Amino acid sequence: MAKDINVSLIGNPNTGKTSVFNLLTGLNQQVGNYPGITVERKSGVCKLPRGVKAHIIDLPGTYSLNASSLDENVVIEVLLNKKDKDYPDVAVVVSDVENLKRNLLLFTQIKDLGIPTILAINMADQMDRKGITLDIPELEKRLDTKIVLMSARKKKGIDDLKQAIASYKKVPVGSCVDVFKIDPPYFEKLQKAFPKQSLYKLWLVITQDVNFANINRNTIPDTSEFHTKKKSELKRLQQKETIKRFQFINDTLKATQTIDLAQAKGFRAQLDKILIHKVWGYVIFFAILLFIFQAIYDWSGYPADLIDSAFAWLGEKVKAIMPSGALTDMLSEGIIPGIAGVAIFIPQIAFLFLFISILEESGYMSRVVFLMDRVMRRFGLSGKSIVPLISGTACAIPAVMATRNIEDWKQRLITILVVPFTTCSARLPVYLIIISLIIPDERVAWIFGYQSLTLMALYLIGFIAALGSSWLLSKYLKMPSSNLFVVEMPNYKVPLWKNVAINVYEKTKDFVTEAGKIILAISVVLWMLASYGPGKQFNNATEIVTEANPGVVGDILENKIESHKLEHSYIGYAGKFIEPAVAPLGYDWKIGVALISSFAAREVFVGTLATIFSVGNEAETTIKNRLLTEVNPKTGKYLFNFATGISLLLFYAFAMQCMSTIAIVKRETNGWKWPIIQTIFMSGLAYVSALIAYQVLI
Amino acid sequence: MIVSLADLKQGQKGKIVSLITNNIPLKLLEMGCLPGNDVTLLHTAPFQCPMYLDVNGSHLAIRREVAREIEVEIQ
Ligand SMILES: Nc1nc2c(ncn2[C@@H]2O[C@H](COP(=O)(O)OP(=O)(O)OP(=O)(O)O)[C@@H](O)[C@H]2O)c(=O)[nH]1
Ligand SMILES: [Mg+2]
Repeated sequence: MAKDINVSLIGNPNTGKTSVFNLLTGLNQQVGNYPGITVERKSGVCKLPRGVKAHIIDLPGTYSLNASSLDENVVIEVLLNKKDKDYPDVAVVVSDVENLKRNLLLFTQIKDLGIPTILAINMADQMDRKGITLDIPELEKRLDTKIVLMSARKKKGIDDLKQAIASYKKVPVGSCVDVFKIDPPYFEKLQKAFPKQSLYKLWLVITQDVNFANINRNTIPDTSEFHTKKKSELKRLQQKETIKRFQFINDTLKATQTIDLAQAKGFRAQLDKILIHKVWGYVIFFAILLFIFQAIYDWSGYPADLIDSAFAWLGEKVKAIMPSGALTDMLSEGIIPGIAGVAIFIPQIAFLFLFISILEESGYMSRVVFLMDRVMRRFGLSGKSIVPLISGTACAIPAVMATRNIEDWKQRLITILVVPFTTCSARLPVYLIIISLIIPDERVAWIFGYQSLTLMALYLIGFIAALGSSWLLSKYLKMPSSNLFVVEMPNYKVPLWKNVAINVYEKTKDFVTEAGKIILAISVVLWMLASYGPGKQFNNATEIVTEANPGVVGDILENKIESHKLEHSYIGYAGKFIEPAVAPLGYDWKIGVALISSFAAREVFVGTLATIFSVGNEAETTIKNRLLTEVNPKTGKYLFNFATGISLLLFYAFAMQCMSTIAIVKRETNGWKWPIIQTIFMSGLAYVSALIAYQVLI
Repeated sequence: MIVSLADLKQGQKGKIVSLITNNIPLKLLEMGCLPGNDVTLLHTAPFQCPMYLDVNGSHLAIRREVAREIEVEIQ
């Protein structure tokens, strides 16, 4: 009878588990050539031959079942707990044909747990180039399992894999390496106490926290009375076990694998020579960053303008076609400008995600980790912190998640705390609109425009703030820290363009729908608050203004009435209330409102400005022009002058204005303490630096 | 001659003889850094840290402090 089965994809980092997962399920998710891309379980469904439905889960990469970081621990949680809803009926160990020796370590461990384990040897397309040959039947015999030779890139062997999974009952169970031999007296006692349990599993439970402190101890079975050995002793036994496993693997591979070194081509060595060169390596890295920022500017200008005018056109059409009334006004003055405010930035955000996923897919990211480790350590971080810091330029949320493969808790915590300083894509809309208002669109030295240099400077300021605060944190946080740092340097690869495309599409879509929802809600609320007001001043605005301005007629009168109305609307009063707090920063009450609303999410700022400034401003159609012509009634100058602009830029560079980031930091640090400290620190810094900037520049 | 892994020069090759157990992350062993295996120092970052190694076909980078705990034999 057909039955649903659970399948776990397990393997070393970067062996193609996620690519295989995508092929099996068609449910696509992020893939990247940086070890540790998948940091949580992902699941999908695959239809197998003979009507079997398989629930496939994709797990983070791990070198062994002895976890030393949080992402690796996810795997153990699934495999040790039979009651886990994802506990596998069959495990598929995905391995890289080029690193078979190392990959087989994990295989022998999982097999020893007594789970039917299929070995999928991936990247078979590389065998010729690397001069590798394998005797599969002999290997199957020695490892006592079913082997599938496949290539996720060339889409070969997927049907064999499906077939093997469907007939998982035929996969032999039985262990490869007998742990008993590493310390017979100890294991004899253990076996007597738990005659029904697999010895290796007991051993794993006992040693679970030897290498990794932050673990929720898995209490089934309860082995607490066997914690008689000292940690160092357990560690020695683990090493003994590992050496034993490698002996078995070496013997196995000696009989089944040949590598013709003469055929192996040294593409990696050539590229490494340049890319991690002591000087050129850094030059190239910064050139790449500079290129990325310039490209974001140059390539997205045209589509962004197109989107801007499309929405402006839409707003006009709505006004012209629909009967006039509250609903039409809400659409044309609230919702459409609000959405347009974000839609304009789709091109920029998509390009940013595109570059980041190319860096990850190509294998370059690990080289950056290597280059930057020394520098990052000065600031209390790890070389691995560079990945969250770079992907933080897209969004802080996945960046906080990406810290999970930093082994050292102190370094990881500091990375989490400073990542929101990096310029995420939600800040981009704010920066771009303000830059376009206050920085001239001219070029220096041919290629670099003032505007894109300003943007680059803002990214730098974000990094400096991140590094500066991590230096402070590393000085004042009293926590043990270690030198644990092992990073794999994967082969360079031409990115699988399908992976890149899917990644860009999904990330951009997430951003737009998530931001879109908030912005839609906020812009409706704002429009209502701006279109209604309490008391006579609002309701009798026409009479009051007409009386006060005798002789003024037509458009000018209309405008005066509208702005009087806005001032006495609900939002006007709210903005006025906070004006004293933001006036020293150079903001009027309208910017104050935008500031408040963007504490939910930064990108709301532009939408809010668009909504507030479009109420009663018919003359200008695009957002930018509306803002440019706005005059501050208090000072009589243009509202968006240089000082205000810089002050705003700094405020947004530093302030913690993102609910989702706060939520994820709470989750990853297990409590409210750190997110609260982080929010207060960041927003305090934002206020003070914006204040100083405005007062100095004005 | 037996030296510490941290003393290898760029491009030099050696055979791992022993590891000073308590200070070595298990993960390093799991990535193939075991007695008897060949190791080549491929590159170092500025100030000699971290060190980029080829251990028996596995490519990895470790910090200098850890490399000091590994003894290698060079010809
Ligand atoms: N040549 C070749 N490359 C492949 C193959 N399968 C995947 N890759 C590449 O290997 C890299 C890693 O793929 P992923 O699917 O992200 O690997 P993973 O095991 O999920 O990685 P983690 O989640 O980080 O552990 C990507 O650059 C893929 O394009 C294959 O069959 N052949
Ligand atoms: Mg993955």
